Amino acid sequence: MQTYDLEAEGLRGLNASLHAQSEQTSQTNWEVVNPKGSHAIAVGLDAPIEVSVQGSTGYYCAGMNKQATVHVKGSVGPGVAENMMSGLVKVDGDASQYAGATGHGGLLVIKGNASSRCGISMKGIDIVVHGNIGHMSAFMAQSGNLVVCGDAGDALGDSIYEARLFVRGSVKSLGADCVEKEMRPEHIELLRDLLARAESDAKPEEFKRYGSARQLYNFNIDNAY
Amino acid sequence: MSVKDNTENGPPQTVPIQSETFSNPINAEIRRAAATGIYDIRGGGAKRRVPHFDDLLFLGASVSRYPLEGYRERCDTKVTLGTRFAKKPIELDIPITIAGMSFGALSGRAKEALGRGASAAGTSTTTGDGGMTPEERGHSSKLVYQYLPSRYGMNPDDLRKADAIEIVVGQGAKPGGGGMLLGQKISDRVAEMRNLPKGIDQRSACRHPDWTGPDDLEIKILELREITAWEKPIYVKVGGTRPYYDTALAVKAGADVVVLDGMQGGTAATQDVFIEHVGLPTLACIRPAVQALQDLGVHREVQLIVSGGIRTGADVAKAMALGADAVAVGTAALIALGDNDPRWESEYQKLGTTTGAYDDWHEGMDPAGITTQDPELQLRLDPVDAGRRLRNYLNVMTLEAQTIARACGHNDLHNLEPEDLCALTMEAAAMARVPLAGTEWWPGKSGSGF
Repeated sequence: MQTYDLEAEGLRGLNASLHAQSEQTSQTNWEVVNPKGSHAIAVGLDAPIEVSVQGSTGYYCAGMNKQATVHVKGSVGPGVAENMMSGLVKVDGDASQYAGATGHGGLLVIKGNASSRCGISMKGIDIVVHGNIGHMSAFMAQSGNLVVCGDAGDALGDSIYEARLFVRGSVKSLGADCVEKEMRPEHIELLRDLLARAESDAKPEEFKRYGSARQLYNFNIDNAY
Repeated sequence: MSVKDNTENGPPQTVPIQSETFSNPINAEIRRAAATGIYDIRGGGAKRRVPHFDDLLFLGASVSRYPLEGYRERCDTKVTLGTRFAKKPIELDIPITIAGMSFGALSGRAKEALGRGASAAGTSTTTGDGGMTPEERGHSSKLVYQYLPSRYGMNPDDLRKADAIEIVVGQGAKPGGGGMLLGQKISDRVAEMRNLPKGIDQRSACRHPDWTGPDDLEIKILELREITAWEKPIYVKVGGTRPYYDTALAVKAGADVVVLDGMQGGTAATQDVFIEHVGLPTLACIRPAVQALQDLGVHREVQLIVSGGIRTGADVAKAMALGADAVAVGTAALIALGDNDPRWESEYQKLGTTTGAYDDWHEGMDPAGITTQDPELQLRLDPVDAGRRLRNYLNVMTLEAQTIARACGHNDLHNLEPEDLCALTMEAAAMARVPLAGTEWWPGKSGSGF
C-alpha cells in the first residue's frame, strides 16, 4: 500500500505518481490521505490500480478514468468521474452536480445521493445511485445505464437519446421526449447485474424503465419552443 | 428629372420603387418562411456588410519612419503559443492557423487536406466537434484538440496526443448557441465516433455539461492540465460578444491562449437569423480584448488568436497591428481547398444556388466534396492537391503580411502596431481605435470631446 499525503505533497505529485503506473505495476494499491476537498484528484488514470481517497473531494475526482478503481470514502464535488472511459469509481457519500457527465464507459457507484444533472450527456457509462438524484439528470444522455434506487427530480432524461434509465422511486417529472418504457426480461437481467456490482440489495422488479420516445431525433419545427 | 417623372410614354407617372426595408431578398425569405414554417439553416458566417479590415489602411513608411527592403530584409513570422503555463508551447512558422472544423461537418479527406496544407506551411490545424481522426492527427504536425460542450469523441488518449487543447466556449457565428449536424451527414463512422445512432440529427449543447462560469472554468483547466501533465497549451475560444470581459475571465481562469472569433466566422450549420444578428464584427472585438490583456499585464504572455473573416495577408497584418499574436482561418481555408469553386457552377445551379453563394453545407451535397460525408462526392477532393493549394494560400498570405510590415518599417509581423493604421470610416475608426484617415482623431478617443 502506497500512502500519499495530498496536503503535504501536493496534487501534481499525486497525479504524476499515479500516471506513472503501468499495466504491469506492482504498486497496485494507493491511499490518498488529507484530500480536504481538493479538485482533480486521481484524474486521467490509465492502469489497473486501486486508489482509496480517505475523505471528501472537490471537482472532477477520477475524471477521464481508465482501468483504475477509485474509492472515495467521503463525498465528492461536481463532475466526479466525468468522461470516464472504463474502470470503477465508488463514492461512499453524496455527489454534487454532473456526476458521471459524458462518461463513455466503466461503472460509477454513488452510495448516497447525487445532485442535479447526474449522467448528463452520458455516452456509455453505467451509473448506480443508491439514493436520489436531482433535476435535469440524464439530459441528452446518449447511451449507457443510469440506475436510481431512490427518487428522481424534475425533467429526467430531457432530450434523451439511447441511454436507459431505471428508477425505483418516484420521478418528479420527465423531460422532453423521455417516456416510461416496458421492462423486458433483458432489462431485469441487466439491472440485476448492475445492482449486484454496485452492492445494492434493491430488487430489479421494483424499478421502472425510462427512455427516448425518439420524437426529437429529426428536426421538426413543431418541437421547438 | 425625378425618377418619378417618367414622361417617355405619355403623361408623367410614378415608376415602381422597390422598398429598401422590404427588399426582394427579404420578401423572398418571408414567402419561404410562410410556405415552410421553418427557419432557414445554413453554413458559413455573416454575409451582411459590417465594418471590417477593408475599412482600415496602412500608412506605410515616410520621413518619420523608414521601410525595410521588400524582398531581402528580414521580417520574422514565427509565433510561440502557450508560453504562460504549458511545458511544451507550440512553435509555429507563421501566425496563421487553421480554425476548428469537425470531421462530420467536413469529409475525412478535407480534414486530411487541412492537415497537409497547414503542416507544409508550418502551422497548426484544429479538430472540431466529433473528435480526432487518425488521418487528421497523422497529417497534422501541430494539432489543436477542441474540448467542446458535446464532448463527442472526447477521450484522454486523444487529449494526450494533441499539441494543444482548445476549450470552446463559443464561436463567432453563433455565440450562445449550440450546433446541429443533420442526419444526412451522419455516416456509420460519424455515428460511431459520436456514440449516436446513424441518420439522426445530432445536437451539440450550447454550454458545457460539467462547468458553468469562470470560477468553474479555472478548475476545469486545472483538471485538463493535470491529465496532460501540464504539457499542453490550453486555449479558451470565445465568440465575439463581450471581448473585454471574456478575455479577462479567460485569463483569470488560467488560459494560455485566448481565441476570439467574430461574427464573420463560419459554422457548419445554424439558423441564418443567428448568424446575421448575434455577435460582434471581428473588427470590434480586437481592441477590447487587447485592452483586457494589457490591463492585466499579460499582453504577449497570453497570446491572442483572432478569427472571423480573415482572407488576405492585409487582414492578417491588420489584425496583428491591432494586437493579435496570430489569426485563424476557416472559411478561407475551405475556399482554398476548392469550396464554392466556379468549376462546379452547373451543380450549384441544380441546388438552386451559384458559385460563391453556396452555403447549404449542412445538407451534405457539396459539389466540391468538402462539406459532405457522401462517399462519391468526397472523392472529388484530392487531399494532396487540396493540401498543396492550402499551403500556397497560407504562404501567399504570409508574404503579403510581410510586404506590408516591411513597408511600415518592421522586421517582425508582431511589431506592427495601431499607429501603422488609419480608418476609412467613422465606424471602423471607433472600433479599431485608430484615427480616421487624414486626422488624428477617432470617436471615443480620450480628450476628443466626442
